[in-house]
Amino acid sequence: MMDIKPQQFNPVMLGSAEGEAITRPPVGYWQDAWMRFRKNKLAMTGLIVLAVMTLFAVLGPLISAWDYRSYEFGHANEFPNARHWLGTDYLGRDMFTRLGQGTRISVYIAIMSALINLAIGVTYGGISGYFGGAVDDVMMRTVDILIGIPYLLIVIILLTVMEPGLTSIIVAMTITGWAGMARLVRGQILQLREMEYVLAARLVGASPRRIIARHLIPNTMGVILVSLTANIPGAIFTEAFLSFIGLGVRTPLASLGTLANEGYQTLLVYPHNLVIPGVFISFLIMAFNFVGDGLRDALDPRLRQ
Amino acid sequence: MGRFILRRLGYAVLSLWIVVTFTFILMNAVPGGPFTTAKMTPQVKAMLLRKYNLDRPLWEQYVTLLKDLIRLDLGVSLYERGRSVNSIVSSCFPVSALLGAEALTTAVALGIALGIVAALYRGKGLDYVAITIAVIGASVPNFVVAAVLQCVVGGMWRILPIARWGGPATHVLPAIALGFATTAGLSRLMRSSMLEVINQDYVRTARAKGLTPTQITWRHMIRNAILPVVTVLGPTIAIIMTGTLVVERMFAIPGLGRYYVESIYNRDYTVIMGTTVFYVAFLLLMTFLVDVLYGLIDPRIRIAGRRGD
Repeated sequence: MMDIKPQQFNPVMLGSAEGEAITRPPVGYWQDAWMRFRKNKLAMTGLIVLAVMTLFAVLGPLISAWDYRSYEFGHANEFPNARHWLGTDYLGRDMFTRLGQGTRISVYIAIMSALINLAIGVTYGGISGYFGGAVDDVMMRTVDILIGIPYLLIVIILLTVMEPGLTSIIVAMTITGWAGMARLVRGQILQLREMEYVLAARLVGASPRRIIARHLIPNTMGVILVSLTANIPGAIFTEAFLSFIGLGVRTPLASLGTLANEGYQTLLVYPHNLVIPGVFISFLIMAFNFVGDGLRDALDPRLRQ
Repeated sequence: MGRFILRRLGYAVLSLWIVVTFTFILMNAVPGGPFTTAKMTPQVKAMLLRKYNLDRPLWEQYVTLLKDLIRLDLGVSLYERGRSVNSIVSSCFPVSALLGAEALTTAVALGIALGIVAALYRGKGLDYVAITIAVIGASVPNFVVAAVLQCVVGGMWRILPIARWGGPATHVLPAIALGFATTAGLSRLMRSSMLEVINQDYVRTARAKGLTPTQITWRHMIRNAILPVVTVLGPTIAIIMTGTLVVERMFAIPGLGRYYVESIYNRDYTVIMGTTVFYVAFLLLMTFLVDVLYGLIDPRIRIAGRRGD
């Protein structure tokens, strides 16, 4: 054991003012959340997987020598090789390029529909929660009924009559999809509008619009963000499901679901054409799930003490 | 309780009415109409329109549709001449219902058991198995599960048939594909619900009273922890039902799901609409029954219902 003598210690002379000063930089809400998130291994893994997949979706089709829609006859149904890194499909189209393109489209549809649901849901829920009373009653009963309608069936029935295309899918996925978000936001606003700072804002004459937009919604951002990331994997799944039953993205364009559907036709002979897009969808959903769970743990006010 | 049931029923009927109206509007918004083909002469078209009452004003058609639906008449197929949607439903739905019930009961039993075991052995090997299953089940879409099962179990190992519907052996793979996500989701829910219950005061009290671990687990923990599982039963049924749409097509099962997807391919609008209305009614009924069941199990819900909020 080391010998410790009192002479080794020097008193630090500090005035009372210096001693009381806060020397650590202040940690804001989002910084704090990021610190928690960073410690979560699963969530960070998810984030890294997402980053890699984004990189692949952006760069993959660019660095590939092939176009996602051009055929190479005589090279159909190839297994992965040096010429076609992930093989080719039944028409001789390069799977590596199509996979990158498909990931772009799947993620684009999922994020767009989640964001539109968010925008409608936040506005609707914000208005309903802030005004309360009869307005709230009517608006929330409407939401109750919309939530009661089976989501996927409405989407299917819309897509059977709409012109096929990306816009149609996004419209179909958002037509009743915002109701859950509206209910969530309204619940948050109901709690927040009783807060003193809202009373203070009203006292100095702020308009309802300003109170909702400046005071109430920013304070629900955490919950909204968690719900947004929780909705994205669901949207990816819904889109893949629709494309798989032939209602989603049409060829030559392809989402991951379309690719899985095309690969399924030759499953027993060339399983890689289904397995690769299938694994991709699964990893994408898993990564979003991990990030969503991590965000929830980092932002959930119930866990913050 | 009576008021609670009435309210729920009212919502269900309203939702159904909205879906019917919505589908009616969509059906009439489709350009061309069902009889637009190159060979159609005006006379034949007029006769066909008269036969199916499509020459009437829209509001009259709408009223007829509602009247038909109240008499539980779902309409006729335009693709298979003379076949009514009712006969399609009554011949195909039992198959789907059987498959769905098999998948649901297996998934619920397995999921709950897995969740309980995982929570009791928290941090041990079994817990990790359950967590892994939950993560995979939440991420892999049912059609990928189905395809992998067909390819590996049916194609490579040749243990079970790849497709077709018949004896018990043909039920196994589609039921697994349908129920896998549910098993995973329920095991995760049950696990976290059990972990919440383990720290409750009444569990400590039970232990202090000297009850055996088995008694505590069965009487105090599982009974309380199972409540959240009942709440998700409605959405679970919806997930399994929509799952049948793709699983039945992949396994060539002559159920309503496969018929529905085929009628989408054929653009057989009346069958699509009729079947959708049937599906929606079925799901609303199921959700309603689950709500009532939950109200019966958990007295707190009844009180909230009586207060009227």
